[in-house]
Amino acid sequence: MAVIQVERKPLSFAERTYIPQILGGLKTTFKHLLKPTVTLQYPEQRPEISKNYRGVPTLVKDPHGREKCVSCQLCEFVCPPKAIRITPGEIPEDSVNAHVEKAPKAFDIDMLRCIYCGLCQEVCPEEAIWLQNQFSMSGYTRAEMVNNKERLYELGGTLPDQHFKWDKKKEAEEHGNAH
Amino acid sequence: MFDLYFDLPLWIRLTLQGLAVILVLFPLAAACSMAERKISAWLQGRPGPNRTIAPILAWVPGIGILQRLGVFQLAADGGKFTFKEDPVPGHVNKFYFILAPILAMVPALSTVVVVPFGAYFATVNGQTILTPIVLANVDVGLLAVFAVSSLGVYAVILAGWASNSKYPFLGGVRASAQLISYELSMTLSVLPVFLWINAPGGEGTLSLFRVVELQSGTGLAWDSVWYIFYFPLSAFIFLVALFAETNRQPFDMPESESDLVGGFHTEYGAFKWSLFFVAEYCHMIVGSAVFILLFFGGWNPLPGLPLGTLVNWLAGFAPWVAHPLVMGLIGIGIFLGKICTSIFVFMWVRWTLPRFRYDQVMNIGWKKLLPLSIGNLIFYTLGIALLAYLKK
Repeated sequence: MAVIQVERKPLSFAERTYIPQILGGLKTTFKHLLKPTVTLQYPEQRPEISKNYRGVPTLVKDPHGREKCVSCQLCEFVCPPKAIRITPGEIPEDSVNAHVEKAPKAFDIDMLRCIYCGLCQEVCPEEAIWLQNQFSMSGYTRAEMVNNKERLYELGGTLPDQHFKWDKKKEAEEHGNAH
Repeated sequence: MFDLYFDLPLWIRLTLQGLAVILVLFPLAAACSMAERKISAWLQGRPGPNRTIAPILAWVPGIGILQRLGVFQLAADGGKFTFKEDPVPGHVNKFYFILAPILAMVPALSTVVVVPFGAYFATVNGQTILTPIVLANVDVGLLAVFAVSSLGVYAVILAGWASNSKYPFLGGVRASAQLISYELSMTLSVLPVFLWINAPGGEGTLSLFRVVELQSGTGLAWDSVWYIFYFPLSAFIFLVALFAETNRQPFDMPESESDLVGGFHTEYGAFKWSLFFVAEYCHMIVGSAVFILLFFGGWNPLPGLPLGTLVNWLAGFAPWVAHPLVMGLIGIGIFLGKICTSIFVFMWVRWTLPRFRYDQVMNIGWKKLLPLSIGNLIFYTLGIALLAYLKK
């Protein structure tokens, strides 16, 4: 890279008094005085959350209302701070979803341990656990900060996918592979 | 009722006047700190303190406007400074440590004694003469202001020395050097104004009231033009020296937070620190008051439209306006408005300009401003002598 000579013109007399520069600066700051502020007035105004934001982890249901989680415990084992605790359980024979393998009897995420890394979402084979856009969570007691299964499904909502993996499996067993 | 006031014995009147001035000056200085936060915030594109509210007042309709203006933040800050733990570090010289903020407040508040705020028409022996509203109408007006405000240097030196620590010491040394350097230019720069008002034939005076009186002409006359137009260079030098004397950016080396932590007030805590700051804002207010009296016509609304003319015109619509009390209040109101504008300019410049380095500050004070003010004085002396000679 060749050396570039920067021409530094000597300051004129007026410039050396610094008054023109000062007045120019005053004009600039005065314009800022008249502009609206750029501050986001939280909590009245909320910030925009981007699409892949890693907020509080939640459990989701599928469009038929079935809980997607099958308590495979992969998220429990991958979670770095061991925030997730799952008790797997059987689905009763007379339930609509009896063809699904398992369902969690208890599913606790301790939000005081969660580091919002998103590894649980990455590893879940059922697309059941999703980190959504809640970014501020607070409570008065440690017990309050543990999200149990009801709270997780409440925060999660419904995932609008069309996989219906277990239903298709059941149909394939009953009627043969009908693609 | 007004005459009742004049029947009171002199010492009661003087006490009441003094109390009135303190009760206006102190909240004004405190409001200055609040205005500083809001104005600096707006200049930087943010809202400033806008959520503080006293919960018992939250139901009052329209209180939201005051809340967003940050008025209650002032009360919150005042309460915090009063009730917070006031630390006196173990390694300081206790007597001087506690003396320094008191010594800072005293000159700042005392200079207000000779500064006139307004005027009214008093009827004395059948003549209506313009009388100033001032705590002490002394003839040495300006000299008293400069003399007393120079004592503020002691407080800064004392604070830096008593704190027994590196950064306050450096801050104190820098502050004292800066303050005494710019005092020379400040006093020399306003001498042309006093040469002008002490025209031969009149009695010599340094009174600030006389300066404003001579800017109170009506219409197009030699004495209706404000002195900023006659003495622009003097005004400029005085303004720069005023910035340096009140330790305001771009000359706030003594308090530069980025390299001295807090300068001379590093070791000071809640109440003592607030005393330093109220003293600084009082200096700013009194300095602006002197600047306005000398160069911007004091309490006259416009050049060519003095207070007396305005009041007489308004009295055409409402006769009670001509009452001396109302006229005095109008004059004070106009004067306070000008002071508020001046304080806004102080803050505007603070958040526009970067700080001068210490050697640049000394350079400007001694090598640029002092020769300029001496040259200015010589120029105006010769000019006024020439004018006086030509008039004969």
